[in-house]
Amino acid sequence: MFYRETGQFKTTYAADQQIFPIRQDRIGILLLLAVAFVGIPLFASEYWFTAILVPFLIFALAALGLNILTGYAGQLSLGSAAFMAVGAYAAYNFQVRVEGMPVLVSFLLAGLTSAAVGILFGLPSLRIKGFYLAVATLAAQFFIVWCLTKFPYLSNDSSSGVISVPGVTILGFAFDTPRSNYLLVLSLVLLLALAAKNLVRSSTGRAWMAVRDMDVAAEVIGIRLMHTKLLAFAVSSFYCGVAGALYAFCYLGSVEPDGFSLDMSFKILFMIIVGGVGSILGSFLGAAFILLLPIFLDISLPAVASLLHLPFDNATVSHIQLMVFGALIMFFLVVEPHGLARLWQIAKEKLRLWPFPH
Amino acid sequence: MSFFFEVLIGGLLAGIMYSLVALGFVLIYKASGVLNFAQGAMVYFAALAVVGFMDKGAPLWLALILGFVVMTLFGIATEKFVLRKMVNQPPIALFMATIGLSFFIEGLAPMLFGNDVRPLDIGLVDEPIPAILDAFNIVVSRFDLAAAGIAALLVAVLALFFQYTRVGRALRAVADDHQAALSIGIPLQHIWALVWTVAGFVALVSGMLWGARNGVQFALTFTALKALPVLILGGFTSVPGAIVGGLIIGASEKLAEIYIPPVMQSMFEGNFGGIEGWFPYVMALLFLLVRPEGLFGEKHIDRV
Amino acid sequence: MAREIGEVILDLRNISLRFGGVKALTDISFDVRDHEIRAIIGPNGAGKSSMLNVINGVYRPQEGEIVFHGEHRRDMDTHAAAAAGIARTFQNIALFKGMSVLDNLMTGRNLKMKAGFLQHALWWGPARREELEHRRKVEEVIDFLEIEHIRKTPVGRLPYGLQKRVELGRALAAEPKMLLLDEPMAGMNVEEKQDMCRFILDVNDQFGTTIVLIEHDMGVVMDISDRVVVLDYGKKIGDGAPDEVKNNPEVIAAYLGTQH
Repeated sequence: MFYRETGQFKTTYAADQQIFPIRQDRIGILLLLAVAFVGIPLFASEYWFTAILVPFLIFALAALGLNILTGYAGQLSLGSAAFMAVGAYAAYNFQVRVEGMPVLVSFLLAGLTSAAVGILFGLPSLRIKGFYLAVATLAAQFFIVWCLTKFPYLSNDSSSGVISVPGVTILGFAFDTPRSNYLLVLSLVLLLALAAKNLVRSSTGRAWMAVRDMDVAAEVIGIRLMHTKLLAFAVSSFYCGVAGALYAFCYLGSVEPDGFSLDMSFKILFMIIVGGVGSILGSFLGAAFILLLPIFLDISLPAVASLLHLPFDNATVSHIQLMVFGALIMFFLVVEPHGLARLWQIAKEKLRLWPFPH
Repeated sequence: MSFFFEVLIGGLLAGIMYSLVALGFVLIYKASGVLNFAQGAMVYFAALAVVGFMDKGAPLWLALILGFVVMTLFGIATEKFVLRKMVNQPPIALFMATIGLSFFIEGLAPMLFGNDVRPLDIGLVDEPIPAILDAFNIVVSRFDLAAAGIAALLVAVLALFFQYTRVGRALRAVADDHQAALSIGIPLQHIWALVWTVAGFVALVSGMLWGARNGVQFALTFTALKALPVLILGGFTSVPGAIVGGLIIGASEKLAEIYIPPVMQSMFEGNFGGIEGWFPYVMALLFLLVRPEGLFGEKHIDRV
Repeated sequence: MAREIGEVILDLRNISLRFGGVKALTDISFDVRDHEIRAIIGPNGAGKSSMLNVINGVYRPQEGEIVFHGEHRRDMDTHAAAAAGIARTFQNIALFKGMSVLDNLMTGRNLKMKAGFLQHALWWGPARREELEHRRKVEEVIDFLEIEHIRKTPVGRLPYGLQKRVELGRALAAEPKMLLLDEPMAGMNVEEKQDMCRFILDVNDQFGTTIVLIEHDMGVVMDISDRVVVLDYGKKIGDGAPDEVKNNPEVIAAYLGTQH
C-alpha cells in the first residue's frame, strides 16, 4: 500500500524515461546511497570494509562488465578474469613507469588497454557464434595469463609475475584507511554503474540487445554487427579492466597472474547468472550473493556438523562449497533464468498490489 | 630428424587421448545440442569412482562395472533434474548449466570417493617399445600405443552402435531434428538419458587411461580444456572431426612446445615454456577465422 | 482517391541465386514503381522470400543486376539498403524478443540516431535530446498502429497477431521509402487481416511508401496490389495487373495443376 504509482502521471517523455520512473524507487535509492556513503562509513568495522564491501564492489564492477557483453550483447565470455588481469597490470605499469602519473588516469588507461585487448579477442565474434565463441574466449584467458607470467617486462622484472602496487594517493590525499579506500571504490563503481545504465537505455544498448535477440533483423535495420559487437567487447573489457586495477590497488595490494584464473572467470559468470543476465542491478545482487555464500558456509557448516556430531575437515567445507555453487547455478538456470533481479521485480509487482492479491 | 618424428608420434598418440575426451562432448552435442562442459568433471568422477571401489577391496573388473553403474545413475539423474527442465531454454543457458554441473561433480566426487591422489594400475606400462627403438631409434610408448588402440576400438564400437542398432537410429533421428523425432514417437527423454550414459562410459574409458598415466586426481577435470580446441577444430558434431582434430592438436602442441619457446627466447628475454595451455586454443581460433564451421562441421545457412 | 504511381525506382535484372547446387532463383527480372503496392505471389518454395532477401542484401545473387534509384549494383548490402530507406518484416517474426515494444520501435530508428556511445554513457546533451525527439516520432507510429496499451510490454509476451503488428511498427519507425512485407497476414484471423490491410493501405496512401509484399491470401492480393509478379520454382511465370495475372494460363496451371 506504500508502493503505488497511482497518481504519478508522466507529462513529458523525459519524465517517462528516467532511470527510476516511480517516486518510491527514487526515495529508496536515495536512502540506499545515504546508507552507503554515510551510514556504513560511520558504523562498519575494518573487517567489513576490507573483506566484504570492497571486494563486493569490485566484483560487482567486473560482473557489470561481463553482463554488458553476455547479458546485453549476447556474447558469452569465459575470460573476464584475464581482462581484469590486463587492467591490473596495465595500471601498475603506468604507475611505475610514468613519473607523476595520477592514479585515476592510470585506472582509466588500464581500462582502455583492457578494451584494446578485448577488441582483439572479440574479432573472432565476427565470424563465429555461441559455443565456438565461448571456447574462443578461453584462448584469451589462458594466453593473457601466460603472457603476464612469462614476459618479465610486464611485471617490472619481478619473479613469476607477482606485482606489488604502490598506495593510492589522489591530489595529495592518501587513501590508506579501509574507510577512505571503500569510499573511493564506491564512488568509482557507482559512477561506472550509472554510465552502464545510461548506455543500455540508449541506442547503443538497444543495438546490443538487437544483435543478441535476432542478429539478422538487426542487420536489416542497418545496425552494423561488427561495430556493435566490438563495441560491446571494448566496453565490457574496459569495465573488467578497471575492476582489475581496483582489485590490485584497492583490495589486495599485491597480485600474481595465476590469481586471475579460469575459476575467477567462472565466478564472475556465476554472479551474472545468479544476479540476472541482462540487468545492471543483477550484477550487484549476484556479486553480493556469490561472495557472501562461501563466508556463510564457512561459518554455518562447522556449526551444523558439530550439532550433528559429524566428522568434519576443511576439505569437506570446500567440497560442499563447490557442490552448493554448482547446484545453485543449475537451480537458477532451471527455475529463474533471469536471476535475483527478476525475483526483485516480481516482489515489487506484488508489493504494488499489497494487501490485495491482484 | 628422428627426434622430430619421436615428438610427432608422441604428439599424435597424446592427441588420441584428447580425441577420446572430445568424443564424449560430440555424443552429447549431437543428441541434445548441449556443449557439455562437465565432460572433464565426468572423466574425474568416473576414474575416482573406480579407484574408490578398488580402495574398498573390489577387483578392477568389478570396480569398472560399479563405476559404469555410477555413471549411468548420474546420467539419468542429470537428464531428469536438469536437462528435462531446461528444454525450452537457449543452448547457451544449457552450456552454463553444465559449468554448474561440473562444479557440482568436482565437489561431490571427492566427498564420495576420497580426495587424495591415487595411482591406477590397469596393466599397461609407460615404456618404449624395444622393436621400434631398435629399428628406427624412436621412442614410442607402449602405453600410448595401447591407449590409441583402445580409443580406436571405442570409436569403432560406437560407430557400429549408431549405425546398426535401433537405439542408434533413434539417436541419430533425435540429433537431426528433436521435434520430428518426438512426433514419430521416439521418447526424447530416454534417448537423452541414454546418451548421457554413453558419454559417461566414454568418460570412464578416458578416466581409466588418463588416470593410469597421470594418477587419479583433480587435474583430470582439465582434460575438458584439452578437448575443447579439438572440438573447435573438428566441429562439434563430427566423430571423425574429433579424431582428426585430436591428432592435429596433439601433434602440433608437442611440436610447438619443442620449437617455439627457443625462438621466443632468442627474441625476448625470459623463459617461455608451458605454451601448451594456450597454443591449441590460439591455433583453433586462427583456424576458425578461416573455416568457421570446423574441419568436418556442416555449413549453416540462416533462413529468414 | 487517385494515387500517383511514379517512375521505376527499383529494377531487378536477370537475378539468379544459388545455394550450393540448389537454384533458388533463376533469371528473374521485374521492377517496382514509386508509390505502388507490388505483390509477389507463388506456391511455397517458389523463391519469394529469397527475392526479398536479395532486394535488401541479406542474400547476394550470383548473377544479375539491381538498379535502385538509377544506381547500378551487383548486389545490395543490408546496411546500404537500410540507409537508402528500405525496411522489412519477416515471414517468421524476427522481433527482438527480450525488449519492450517501445524499445523495438526505437531500435527501428537506430540508423537515424547519431550520438556516440560516450554521449550515451553520460546521457548528456545531444544523446538525451535525440532520445526524446525520436521517442516522439515512435509514439506517432504507436498511435498509428493503435498499440499504445502494450508499449512497455516485452514483445515475447504478446500474442502472434500483435507481434506481427509490432514488427510492422518497427519497420515503419524507420520512416522507410520502401517497405518489404513477407507474409504480413499469415496466420491471422479475418479481423486481424482487415486491420493489417488498413494499415498497409494507409501507409501507402499517407506516407507515400512503396510496398513490396508477399502474401498467400489471393483475395487480399487482388484487392490491394497494383501489380503482381508470380514466381514458381524460382522462375517468373507472370507479371502484370491483378486481373491479367488472374487469367494467365501459366499462373492458373501453377496454382491448380494442369491436365496433361
